Amino acid sequence: MTTARTGSATRWLRSATFSEGLVFCLLAVAPLAIPGFAGGLGGQVTSVLILCIAALGLNVMVGFAGLLHLGIAAFIGIGGMTLAILTVPTNPLEIGFLPAVVVSLVVTTCVGMLLGGPTLRLRGDSLAVVTLVFGEVVRVLLRNLEEITGGMQGLGPVPPPGAGVVIAGIDLGRSFVIDSRWFYYLALAVLATVVALLHGVERSPLGRAWSAVREDALAAATLGISVTRVRLSAYALAAALAGVAGCLSVASLGTTGDPNVFGFSRSVAILCAVILGGLGSIPGTLVGVTILFGFDIMVIPWADAWLQQMQPQAWTTGPLTLGSWRLALVGIALIVMMRFRPEGLVPSRRLAAELHEVHR
Amino acid sequence: MNLSSFFQQCVIGLIDGGVLGLIAVGYTLVYGTVGLIHLAHGDVVMLGGCLALFALSLVEPLALDPALGWLAIIAVTLGCGFCCGSLNVAIDWLIYRPLRQSAPLAPLVSAVGVSLILMNVGMLWLGSTDQAFPEVLPGNVKLAAGLPVTTADLLVLSLVLPAWGGLTLLLRRTRLGRSLRSVAAVSRAAAQRGGADQFLTATFFLGGFLGGVASVAAGIHTATINYQSGYQTGLYALTAAVLGGIGSVPGAIVGGVLVGLIRSVSTAALGPRWAAAAVFLMLIVILAFRPEGLFGQQRRAGEAG
Repeated sequence: MTTARTGSATRWLRSATFSEGLVFCLLAVAPLAIPGFAGGLGGQVTSVLILCIAALGLNVMVGFAGLLHLGIAAFIGIGGMTLAILTVPTNPLEIGFLPAVVVSLVVTTCVGMLLGGPTLRLRGDSLAVVTLVFGEVVRVLLRNLEEITGGMQGLGPVPPPGAGVVIAGIDLGRSFVIDSRWFYYLALAVLATVVALLHGVERSPLGRAWSAVREDALAAATLGISVTRVRLSAYALAAALAGVAGCLSVASLGTTGDPNVFGFSRSVAILCAVILGGLGSIPGTLVGVTILFGFDIMVIPWADAWLQQMQPQAWTTGPLTLGSWRLALVGIALIVMMRFRPEGLVPSRRLAAELHEVHR
Repeated sequence: MNLSSFFQQCVIGLIDGGVLGLIAVGYTLVYGTVGLIHLAHGDVVMLGGCLALFALSLVEPLALDPALGWLAIIAVTLGCGFCCGSLNVAIDWLIYRPLRQSAPLAPLVSAVGVSLILMNVGMLWLGSTDQAFPEVLPGNVKLAAGLPVTTADLLVLSLVLPAWGGLTLLLRRTRLGRSLRSVAAVSRAAAQRGGADQFLTATFFLGGFLGGVASVAAGIHTATINYQSGYQTGLYALTAAVLGGIGSVPGAIVGGVLVGLIRSVSTAALGPRWAAAAVFLMLIVILAFRPEGLFGQQRRAGEAG
């Protein structure tokens, strides 16, 4: 990221900014180029994009600030649930989409800092366990407070953004419901904004303070960096980004769904995606999420549908479907990655350099 | 909740806690020596339970008399302990050992990977529904009217208490035990100083063996098993280990008993769906005041956070 801008065209072509820009441009034209995108595929890609936002938040915690966090999915849940509580027609509040998103972000950020406060004294691994059990507590609360959260059924229907707003003869709310491309573009725009923002933060004094605290908290403190404040800001940003992802996810699905989704396994899956892509690397996070969740959301159903076509009777259930080997496949991929490329697929240059300096 | 049912919950919680503590020792031993949260440990225990389910369902139709049935259970327990210990050692050799010098999070992510694979094996073995654990001995018989202890509880105790006793003897009387305690008490450097590899193998085997014993005890205690029970029990056991101070064996015992007590009392008072929240909140509160856990070592100033 910090390469000197020598004006060399090739260097610019190889830079992360360029390749990220190219990918976003391709994603922006994809719905126009791919037939049938508005059907199932659009929704699937949208959910991967939304998970990317949450994963970028986790990357701030784990990659930038070096705080192991195993409960990020809880913040997706809190964000989504707050939005649902504030907008569902059966509730008296109904404050509209945008105000609800703002409140939801404030809530997730505050909860994030609330978790951050008492846990700042903990060592790395104890912190990981506390974030883990915190996530489980949130999941249990979301599931059990049925009067507020709807319990296992979840809360819905959540009205789409811009419900009832008509601009130039187009009913925004209806368009969001009818055509999945609207949510796709919304998620893409938010993701692009977040990526640009995080690149900025990475280079800012705060970003440097994060890496200083990550490498050596004591040394950073002697340089006058407030370790507490720097760490808390990582908690806050991570929680807020996960909250954004939660809002988008709930809005695009129209319901919060079963809160058990926001449990440990989702948190760990997001963490694995971040590490798979490359800890501390923004493009790496995007690649990791795309591979891990793309595999889960898109490849496995496709492959199983294909297998089913080949052998309609025998292969519909049981050990002959790819779905029943899903966990093991992900597990093997993680182990192999950690063994042969622990820095991730698209490593941040700094972390890769450190790893090879120490262990070569 | 009246006094007698409170007393009853306490007894259930103590037995539950004894089992959890055995699993928690597996986490604490590995953490104390390698410095790794062995997240796959719960799933190793779950596979031990699968094995016990398989072996005991062969024994069940024979309708053995109590003494023989008890011997069969002991034999299965020892077998499960041996298999889980070996599995744990295999995981260490194949997965963790090549990563000793690697990036800080690589072993943890690999542990997640192992956990997913084992869970998948359990899912293919058991299917995705609850399986009833075979009752070789009649379990649900009250020992005496008014006493809250059943024969199943006694059976669980007859597995858990010898395991605890054996572990205590091992830690106090043998060379391995002394080095384990010194490592847990001083630092990981002690492990790296002498005979590291054999020592670590013994650690993983011991943790796995206790987990295998616990898997049979847990199966009898809860009467069901499914492929996710390793993850659920593992989470409680990990909570117990962290609560007691991860790396400390007495801490794991005390943590296990505490978690068991809180779980059973909150189940009775608030309903089973709140038990998890009660246990985990207790962990967060205790760690907020005592970050190193109840029996953990105080962190020295300047140690990297």
